[in-house]
Amino acid sequence: MAALVELRDVVKHFPVSRSLAEIVRGKHPAVRALAGVSFDVGAGDAVAVVGESGCGKTTLGRLMLKLAEPTAGTIAFDGTALATLAGDSLRGFRRQAQLVFQNPFEALNPRFTIYRAVAEPLLNAGVDRAEHMDRVVSAFRRVHLPDVGRYLDKYPHQLSGGQLQRVVLARALVLGPRFLVADEPVSMLDVSVRAGILALLREVRDAMGLSAVYISHDLALVRYLCERTLVMYLGRVVEDGPTEEIVRRPRHPYTRALVAAVPVPDADQSRAPLPIRGNVPDAREPPSGCAFRERCPHAMPRCAVETPALRSIGERHRMACHLE
Amino acid sequence: MVERVEGTLPAEPASTFWPVLRRLLAMPLSDPFAFAGLAIYLLFVLVALFADQLAPTDPMEILFTKAGKVAANASPGAEFWLGTTNLGRDIYSQLVHGTQSALAVGLSAAVIVAAVGTVVGLVSGYFGGAVDAVLMRIADMALSLPFLPFVIVLTGFLGASTSNIVLAVALLLWPNSARVIRSQVLTLRERAYVEAARVTGASASRILFVHIAPNILPLSFVYAAIAIGWAIITEASVSFLGFGDPDNVSWGMMLQDAFASQALSRGQYAWFVPPGLCIILVVVAGFFISRGYEEVFMPRLRGR
Amino acid sequence: MILEVERLAIDYATRAGRVRAVDGASFVVPEGRIVGLVGESGCGKTTAVRAIMGVLAENGRRAGGRVSFKGQPIDEATTRRHLWRDIAYVPQSAMSSLDPVYTVGSQLVEVMTRRGGYARAAARARSAELFELVGLSESRLADYPHQFSGGMRQRAAIAMALALAPSLVLADEPVTALDVIVQRQILDMLRGLQRRLSLSVVLVTHDISVVAYLCDEVVVMYAGQVIESGPVREVLARPRHPYTMGLRNAFPDLLSDALELVPIEGSPPDLADPPPGCRFAPRCPFAMAACSATPALIADSRAPGHVSACLRDGEVEQLRPLALDPVTWQRSSSYATS
Ligand SMILES: Nc1ncnc2c1ncn2[C@@H]1O[C@H](COP(=O)(O)OP(=O)(O)OP(=O)(O)O)[C@@H](O)[C@H]1O
Ligand SMILES: Nc1ncnc2c1ncn2[C@@H]1O[C@H](COP(=O)(O)OP(=O)(O)OP(=O)(O)O)[C@@H](O)[C@H]1O
Ligand code: SF4
Ligand SMILES: [Mg+2]
Ligand SMILES: [Mg+2]
Repeated sequence: MAALVELRDVVKHFPVSRSLAEIVRGKHPAVRALAGVSFDVGAGDAVAVVGESGCGKTTLGRLMLKLAEPTAGTIAFDGTALATLAGDSLRGFRRQAQLVFQNPFEALNPRFTIYRAVAEPLLNAGVDRAEHMDRVVSAFRRVHLPDVGRYLDKYPHQLSGGQLQRVVLARALVLGPRFLVADEPVSMLDVSVRAGILALLREVRDAMGLSAVYISHDLALVRYLCERTLVMYLGRVVEDGPTEEIVRRPRHPYTRALVAAVPVPDADQSRAPLPIRGNVPDAREPPSGCAFRERCPHAMPRCAVETPALRSIGERHRMACHLE
Repeated sequence: MVERVEGTLPAEPASTFWPVLRRLLAMPLSDPFAFAGLAIYLLFVLVALFADQLAPTDPMEILFTKAGKVAANASPGAEFWLGTTNLGRDIYSQLVHGTQSALAVGLSAAVIVAAVGTVVGLVSGYFGGAVDAVLMRIADMALSLPFLPFVIVLTGFLGASTSNIVLAVALLLWPNSARVIRSQVLTLRERAYVEAARVTGASASRILFVHIAPNILPLSFVYAAIAIGWAIITEASVSFLGFGDPDNVSWGMMLQDAFASQALSRGQYAWFVPPGLCIILVVVAGFFISRGYEEVFMPRLRGR
Repeated sequence: MILEVERLAIDYATRAGRVRAVDGASFVVPEGRIVGLVGESGCGKTTAVRAIMGVLAENGRRAGGRVSFKGQPIDEATTRRHLWRDIAYVPQSAMSSLDPVYTVGSQLVEVMTRRGGYARAAARARSAELFELVGLSESRLADYPHQFSGGMRQRAAIAMALALAPSLVLADEPVTALDVIVQRQILDMLRGLQRRLSLSVVLVTHDISVVAYLCDEVVVMYAGQVIESGPVREVLARPRHPYTMGLRNAFPDLLSDALELVPIEGSPPDLADPPPGCRFAPRCPFAMAACSATPALIADSRAPGHVSACLRDGEVEQLRPLALDPVTWQRSSSYATS
């Protein structure tokens, strides 16, 4: 099956304010939020993106939705490069690619009623007003908000976090998109309602045949959502494979540390020291070669000179490491 | 199911502006200072509206005593409440008519400053880039002009009319509001719900005017209220310095006449104290109202 | 028992009326133990901890209950005396509460000279010692907070809490905003400190995995009340309260084989108008008629071992297997009469 979204060597730099010394030396430092990311999202695929804070997950999601432009590299949606979209073609893309936000309390305009919020995409897409009500109601049913009438003329502050996240999802689904990016969709929600939203995300994906990218820092949650996981470190994909394999048999040294660090709700878990040293380096000056080498227990001389490429290490499994 | 729901909906979705505007207009009711400010304005508005009924004579008319002499420098009394000028004009009538020009200057400057500042701030903050750079350089230039000298020079060039003074004040004051509104837009632009509007395909104008503008309306009001006071003070200063519109009765002009004819040395307090007080009152009222908006809508500004 | 909290009640005066954010919460902290205080957002964890420290928000007020520290009852006035010296507090978002205009070192010195009567030189020497203790390099004392990463700031906040050598540390969500690797490092450091300094610790968190990793005892709160407490191993393996059972099913587990998370339908009650009986009754699949009428509180928090506030605690062995079945938690099903 052809890929719906294709990323090729995507790079994103953010300029940062310069120190006097840097101005004098004519340097232009930048945060290297993404340092060459390539992968495909097939039609109907669900891909999780995990990694520590600041590794570039949100930046990646924003680029895939054309909310920001890459510094280099290309992103194509359904065969068309996002960079070429404008006017009508951009509006066409906006109907097909949607976003679910981390914080549902922030994602809805506090001055809009719930109806207005969910109908807004229809208005922007020029859908006949006569159809709005029907489509809003069916979007609400899809996200299991029974009793639609109770919500439509409420304001966001009158609903709970779980209800709001359902509304945000309804807004994302109301135009019948083909591609969904969800950036930490449950991290702001209470544990007891998280499970419901996760199940819902899975259900709508299957029912509507969506392709989806779920961004999360929580490897434990990702297992319940996606069959495939990308692990990012400092702007690069370091491992890409089936979620179960990544969780059970992590291969990249960073993934191993990440998996070992996740606490589990069991008093008898392993408390062995983590196979990792130090802290995340400054994204302005990542180490040469493998960006992980300063923290890696297996680093070899080669790691300092040669940046490991993402290579196949099994069926649908890739990693960027010089280890065998 | 669908039918059952329809009845519960407002036919047209409510505007985002009206609730904000309603709260803005109702604000003085909840803040005692702003309420006092508003009361002062209302009083002056009434005086200005009924100036012809309240003033016993035309303010520029030269009055004569029964003996047929010019009624110059009369002291306050039953006939001339605040006395007369050295040219025999009724001071009370001048004071009443001065209200009209003060309010006209203040309110028109406020409207222009708020409108220009808001639009420039919105456009500059949202679009950024070259548009922003150009607009903000212009704002910097306007801000670097010395206030009174600029007004005097401009009125000297374009003629000493009230509308030119308003124009000069507006040219000087819009950058303040534009800059603050711009920085507010910069943060609002990053809000998740604005991003959400972009993802759902909202046009730039819709994002600006439907999603962002209602949040900065309170700022526009603050700057409008500040502009009222500034414009009135400026008009008074310019008139006092003798650069005002000679055909227009204003408080500043009254002060200038009083000063030029040495009313102070004659102890003619009733000539210059009332217009001075009126100017102070109007300016303070404007300050009270702007303070009220800041307290209610931008509590973060408190304590700065 | 280093700390005993009995039927603590805290009110907040709000525009909408009085909100009882903590209502009859009882728990104890045994000497030299790490006790986890868990519960969902808004259940009153921070309020309870701040009340113990005597640093409630302005509109908050202790409305009842007793708090004893080492057997001595402490009230709002006397807690201030203990503050920092015997009982230390690492506030929620302590990371962002460091003052950006002073170096981290000078803020540490400030705490010791102002609160602990240290001389400046002695305080500086102690700062270096404290930094070493929490795993920060002494040279970083001269840095400003923005030069620290989130994890380093959290370490600094912990160093500050330890400055006056307290015997009890109350840490409010010390690892919540941190990445798992940093989180693990901080948790390991806390465990090390607790052993070396024989501290007693109350660790507030919403993450039962963190409790499982670090704590000896756990206190589970729901809607302002303590609904279950006991040794961590016991509570996680054999939960007694239906809410805790539900939480276990809803909680993601990296290593479990179950690939389904089961939500607890509904949401916690409005504390301005809580339900009269058991506060969990509206969401509980096992609720009976009595549950919505009779308040459920833990009778004696000093009883050792594993206690639950559930009115059906006697049937817990029958309920627990039912709670493992996802069907139980679907809205329509109810085992009220079984
Ligand atoms: N608008 C921006 N300007 C400058 N730097 C930015 C901007 N957005 C992101 N960055 C930087 O880019 C890097 C990647 O950020 P990003 O938000 O993508 O990370 P993330 O993986 O989503 O982290 P988190 O888990 O904390 O959300 C970070 O170092 C961040 O500081
Ligand atoms: N100063 C305050 N005034 C009024 N209500 C308050 C105040 N502080 C907290 N509350 C309310 O009291 C309840 C308990 O709040 P608290 O902060 O103790 O919860 P928490 O368990 O610490 O939650 P979280 O996990 O979000 O930190 C909540 O319903 C909250 O809205
Ligand atoms: S490439 Fe080298 S340094 Fe990087 S993760 Fe692999 S072994 Fe470690
Ligand atoms: Mg992010
Ligand atoms: Mg809290």
